[in-house]
Amino acid sequence: MALSKRLARVGRECVACGTCMKVCPRSAIRVVSGVIARVDGMLCVGCGRCAKVCPADVIGIVERGEEA
Amino acid sequence: MKKKWYDYLWIGELLYWVLGLCNILFAWLGMLFFTIPLLVALIGGSKAYCNRYCGRGQLLSLLGQKLSRNAPPPRFLRTRWFRYSFLAFFMVMFGLMLRSTYMVFAGAPLRQAVTLLWVFKLPWNWAQVDMVAPWIAQFAFGFYGVMLTSTVLGLVTMALFRPRSWCVYCPMGTMTQGVCMLKQKKEDGGCGGEGQKDCGAAAASRQ
Repeated sequence: MALSKRLARVGRECVACGTCMKVCPRSAIRVVSGVIARVDGMLCVGCGRCAKVCPADVIGIVERGEEA
Repeated sequence: MKKKWYDYLWIGELLYWVLGLCNILFAWLGMLFFTIPLLVALIGGSKAYCNRYCGRGQLLSLLGQKLSRNAPPPRFLRTRWFRYSFLAFFMVMFGLMLRSTYMVFAGAPLRQAVTLLWVFKLPWNWAQVDMVAPWIAQFAFGFYGVMLTSTVLGLVTMALFRPRSWCVYCPMGTMTQGVCMLKQKKEDGGCGGEGQKDCGAAAASRQ
């Protein structure tokens, strides 16, 4: 399957609450070692659901290639 | 998505409040909400409690579906200085609560009141606490106040901002994330030497 043009990017101020994980339809985002949420670029379709629910407002949707 | 058993832990949170209203001694059960996340972070090195099992977070999510403005929270709420300052403040207040428990243990009279938002004393005269030592009851009053205060703050920020805004500055969440960061740092030998901010990236690349 072709990759989407956009994907989610998590900011450094992530509080690792895991709210984003619960709404991701592709299980593309998960909290790593209780420190920060990370996005699997191969799975993320950039739908923005995680960004809408993030209580810390640290998730943005960016063009692929700009996520680093 | 099929619901799992832990998706219903918000019922436990509600039950806690009801039981506490019936008998303040049930406030002691709140110690579970303090110790389990810490143990999960210390032993498991994760925030699985916040991510899956936090009844309060689930309750705020549920209530927030109807009651939240869903507005982005102010930026300061997620800053490290605010989160750790709030944690420190909360710990000081917790320490003062322990001190008053000790005072009752040492002979001071029991104060039958629950303190809300560190200032307002709510009379709690209907509580039946004769069956235990006064200091046990004093701890229950104090602890119920701590839990009530944090719940009120959680509800206010849920209504004003996003449903789980409490999670951003929850002292337990901050503490467990701090523990996980320290554990990660130790395991990664400083996470590549670029400081704490890269610990998550180091962990992600390893998995």
